[in-house]
Amino acid sequence: MIVASKKPIEEIIQSVQGSKRLLIVGCNECVTVCEAGGKKEVGILASALRMYFMNQGKEMTIDEVTLERQCDKEYLEEIKHMVPNYDTILSLACGVGVQFMAEMYKDKPVLPGVNTTFMGATLERGVWGERCAGCGQCILAKTAAVCPVARCAKRLFNGPCGGSTKGKCEINPNTDCAWQLIIDRLKALGRLDDYDELMPIKDWSKDRAGGPRIVVREDIRL
Amino acid sequence: MQYPPTIRIIRVPCTGKVDLLHILRCFEKGADGVYVVGCMEGDCRFKTGNLRAKKRVYQAKEILEKVGVGGDRVEMFNLSSGEGPKFAQIATEMTQRIKALGPNPIKGKLIKKAA
Repeated sequence: MIVASKKPIEEIIQSVQGSKRLLIVGCNECVTVCEAGGKKEVGILASALRMYFMNQGKEMTIDEVTLERQCDKEYLEEIKHMVPNYDTILSLACGVGVQFMAEMYKDKPVLPGVNTTFMGATLERGVWGERCAGCGQCILAKTAAVCPVARCAKRLFNGPCGGSTKGKCEINPNTDCAWQLIIDRLKALGRLDDYDELMPIKDWSKDRAGGPRIVVREDIRL
Repeated sequence: MQYPPTIRIIRVPCTGKVDLLHILRCFEKGADGVYVVGCMEGDCRFKTGNLRAKKRVYQAKEILEKVGVGGDRVEMFNLSSGEGPKFAQIATEMTQRIKALGPNPIKGKLIKKAA
């Protein structure tokens, strides 16, 4: 899932200061799972903002709605009839949702309510970890399903580096060394010989280095 | 056993049922204070209900502080079901604390009733 974290309420208060009619829009997908921008978080934020502005004596309408997704036009269209009633939209979706909302409702200021952070998984209740960097050319088959692009601080393809100590990365004693994980797993799979194979230079043009990316599927395109 | 008539009891099957939103809505609707009374830590029938409640009370404290209502207006207490006198004592303590803090600052400024 795309993992995001809530923005501090002070920052949100600051960004919606000029609004008189605010619509807070949640997303039922990734940000619901990582508890940053789902229906519940929309309710909590709306309640907190209402209290803040009431306390300030400022008249402000704050309403809530949560969409199935904000990265598909069909779902964004569901609030077409509501949008004209508001002067600002605060989207608790990931950066994709915020931008797609702004592309659809061109004359409406759309503000972000979360900090979109990475593609990751739930490690335990309340803890999420990065697993994929969307580099555009997956090499997990060669690295025993541990990604050095997302999980090695240096994105090394032939690791580990000299900063790996007792299985941890030199940047943080709590961060696992991705290459230690790769070696451990290759060993467990009886494929340690694969480690001797040198990895070729990666084509980074398929990553962000190639500029904004687009996927076109002519076979399904209408 | 007597306790102040200032409190209104809302019964829940377990404090784990109490959501952050429940607590915030109370204040939005004008409550002066809210406290959650759960079982002793480690004694939850559902294992972690009261620990979840504790976290949510802390979240509520943080938010209420930031929106200017005041984090001291919300608290979590733990006691066993046999401790009636302690329940009364908590009710008295909390009533005194809230009276000292005064009414919920947003009361009287309610522009629109909470949805």
